[in-house]
Amino acid sequence: MNGRDALLAEVRQALGRQKGQAPPPPPPPRIVIPELSLPQRLALFRSRLEELGGKVLEVPTLAAARQAVAELLDGPAVASNSLVLAKAGIPSLPRVVSGLRDAAALREACRNAAYGITSADFALAETGTLVLMASAQEDRLVSLLPPVHIAVVPVSRLLSGLDELYNRKAKPAEETSAMILITGPSRSADIEMILVRGVHGPRLVQVIFVDEDVE
Amino acid sequence: MIISAERKQSIERAVADPKLQLAVYSATARLKQKRVEAVSPAELPDYQQLRECAHQLKKHALENLDYYLEQFEANVLAHGGKVIFAQTGKQVGEFIATLAKQRGVSLLVKSKSMTTEEIHLNEALEREKLEAVETDLGEYILQLAHERPFHIVAPAVHKTRHDVADILSQKLGVQREEVPEHQAMIARRTLREKFLAAGIGISGANFLVADSGAVVLVENEGNARLCVSAPPIHVAVAGIEKIIPRAQDLPVFLKLLARSGTGQRLTVYTSFLSGPRRAAEVDGPSEFYVVLMNNGRTKLLADSSKRESLFCIRCGACLNACPVYRKIGGHNYPWAYSGPIGAIITPQYQGLSQDPWLPYASSLCGACAEVCPVKIDIPRILLELRHEVTREERRQGKNGLERFAFRAYSWVMRKPKLYAAAGRAAALGARLPGMLSLGPARLWASQRETPKPAAASFRQLWRQRQAGRLP
Amino acid sequence: MYGRVSLFVTCLVDQLFPNVGLAVADVLERLGYQVEFRPQQTCCGQPAFNSGYREEAQAVAEHFIRVFRDADFIVVPSGSCTSMITHHFFELFPAGSDLREEVEYLAPRVWEFSKFLLEVAKVEDVGARFEGVVTYHDSCHALRELGIREGPRRLLAKVRGLTLREMSIAEECCGFGGTFSIKFPEVSAGMARTKIESILKTGASTIVSIDSSCLMQLQGVIARMGVPLETKHLAEILASR
Ligand code: SF4
Repeated sequence: MNGRDALLAEVRQALGRQKGQAPPPPPPPRIVIPELSLPQRLALFRSRLEELGGKVLEVPTLAAARQAVAELLDGPAVASNSLVLAKAGIPSLPRVVSGLRDAAALREACRNAAYGITSADFALAETGTLVLMASAQEDRLVSLLPPVHIAVVPVSRLLSGLDELYNRKAKPAEETSAMILITGPSRSADIEMILVRGVHGPRLVQVIFVDEDVE
Repeated sequence: MIISAERKQSIERAVADPKLQLAVYSATARLKQKRVEAVSPAELPDYQQLRECAHQLKKHALENLDYYLEQFEANVLAHGGKVIFAQTGKQVGEFIATLAKQRGVSLLVKSKSMTTEEIHLNEALEREKLEAVETDLGEYILQLAHERPFHIVAPAVHKTRHDVADILSQKLGVQREEVPEHQAMIARRTLREKFLAAGIGISGANFLVADSGAVVLVENEGNARLCVSAPPIHVAVAGIEKIIPRAQDLPVFLKLLARSGTGQRLTVYTSFLSGPRRAAEVDGPSEFYVVLMNNGRTKLLADSSKRESLFCIRCGACLNACPVYRKIGGHNYPWAYSGPIGAIITPQYQGLSQDPWLPYASSLCGACAEVCPVKIDIPRILLELRHEVTREERRQGKNGLERFAFRAYSWVMRKPKLYAAAGRAAALGARLPGMLSLGPARLWASQRETPKPAAASFRQLWRQRQAGRLP
Repeated sequence: MYGRVSLFVTCLVDQLFPNVGLAVADVLERLGYQVEFRPQQTCCGQPAFNSGYREEAQAVAEHFIRVFRDADFIVVPSGSCTSMITHHFFELFPAGSDLREEVEYLAPRVWEFSKFLLEVAKVEDVGARFEGVVTYHDSCHALRELGIREGPRRLLAKVRGLTLREMSIAEECCGFGGTFSIKFPEVSAGMARTKIESILKTGASTIVSIDSSCLMQLQGVIARMGVPLETKHLAEILASR
């Protein structure tokens, strides 16, 4: 018997189960989606993220989002390949590197950037969270390596919370190898419970909600 | 119950160390308070339902663990990852060391994982001449200081910033820096280079999602994200008990975990990782391994009365709530896991004879069970373990004096007249009632004054009262 | 409302704090109950049970069951001993064992004193008077196994002359824990000191609890610390006029 079979056999023996025995049905998933209007979701998201030291802007159009980003940047930036950013014309802003499809080049760019700009697949109001699913559009490092993370998110993607997210994405693994939830800036309280931001990830998360859809 | 002299002295030292007491008490008080706020009815009205639901989900997953392990494995394979089944911690170390050598890797980065602490993975890799660097700020400090975690969530909670300043300046040769923010930046700079140079990133797993073949990691610093994003290989090491059935079960657990542990609504980062980077994706590891480790878990699984010990999601709430942990501190628990959860799982994993005192180091106040997000009945399990200790001692003929005392107690308590007489004799003679012999009385008096025995027992007074002879 | 009540005073009260037992009887009689004391009673078995000596505990529990099997109301001035009977007897006599049915019959008849007043006698104001500032210590088993939190406070609120001041850590353990107090005396007393320091900040001069064991522990450490505090069982407060 190999290690795998031996371990599984031990588990079955401990439980008094037979190989191939189907389990009884699991308890039903507990998904409770609160009813929140868009203004409520926006207000909630803002207060949650601000509590954590993040910032929120609301702009009417993609053009306005571009302008908002332009005003924030004061150093080199990397933008993800997100369609939202492309439509907003953010890659063409001065000092913004974008369109990187090679992991090594991306990593180098992120390492030297002061700003990482992404969109998000979803945002969650109840916790002030951004949801990023790794894809051709969103990579893993732009939101992680630079000290400031800017996310431009169509407001239509703002969900109520975790339950709504997992209701929409019951099986994230079917679409992506990595679904990352980002709830405020990186932090640690490991030394004397004193809050420090930006320990390994960004010290600032700036969310810009756009009231314009891309699709 | 038998405890070694060294352990006893070490406990006494911890209780008498004002600096340690202050550090631990204030940190745990803060975490405790934040938890209370985060699960308050105003904040989380369905908290109790969520706990019950989490308990039931864990129960179901563990009662059918073989099924879910196979489902998990099939899904990891389907997404291009690999699953390794390890019976022992040693096998985990061997697997990682072999993989590192095959890939020509000498530097590995690690995110915080109690499972790898349990099996001393770092030491095993060091013996293979591999450098494994802890990247969680607290863990990094402890690795530099060659200490083990003091707390399962806040590993360096016993260190002051002055201690940290000493450690960083001595071990890294940097200028002494007393401000935590600056200390964190030293770590950020040093570790950033390690992340980008490492060939393998090792993580634990907070959850293994069977229907997705996914490893879920929760953290606040971003070091776990870096560990699993920057290096070309990701190895997750997880105990087999970490399985939950479905991705849709995550909201229940995620809502409870951070709130119970640190009082956050959600940790800063929650990573749901299912396999290596896919064809269209821009970055991410090209190899993805999950090591499913037994290391004694099937022993706990087999005991249905204590199986729930495996439900633990390592939130640390029971440590913060535990008045004994807060006095004796994490390092007086003999194994990687401290506090109430450590007190119940250590004897089950390592055998009762190793540290039979552990289940007795509790006043049975129940504060742990009250805060446990998955409703593990820790006091009940402590009592079961105590029962097992006494049975074991009886078999081995150990601790005869205590055994005799309780046999005598049991005998006298069934003989009311004898009991009444013995009580009075004790009140007259020694100063404590009943069965407390001189030894116990001395131990009592070592710390506190002994109550003055009443001039008459209740039953004597009651007779007088009924006869109308009491004022 | 008038009925017969059987006292289980607990071995600790019997031997060390008989006034607590008398106070319980006084309060109940004033409310019109007929109070009896069965002299065959001894202990509930908790010391042995909590130390892991289940067979020994079982024998004592059996004795308890025999003594009280036909009582309608058994009132206990201790949350801990009450919980031993109402909760842990079920572990000592699991389903299928000889005395299980007796335990199932007996357990709902066993009442912790304050709970009896509020839920059976249905009184909050027992007509007591006590001049002083007190703080209430939640004993662990009463709080967490019996869910007693507000009850004793409501009873105290009705006592004339009494001011109740909450300490910040009312729900933290006093450190007694039965044999824990002598197996780990430093830890146990350390826990009591933490508690007492918090009590001193309230300005209260009396600690009230519904468990004499906690009070014995606190009193012992108070005396060692030499601080001006006294301890009283809730029954003693409610019996005073
Ligand atoms: S036993 Fe419960 S409270 Fe303690 S760490 Fe585990 S999940 Fe948290």
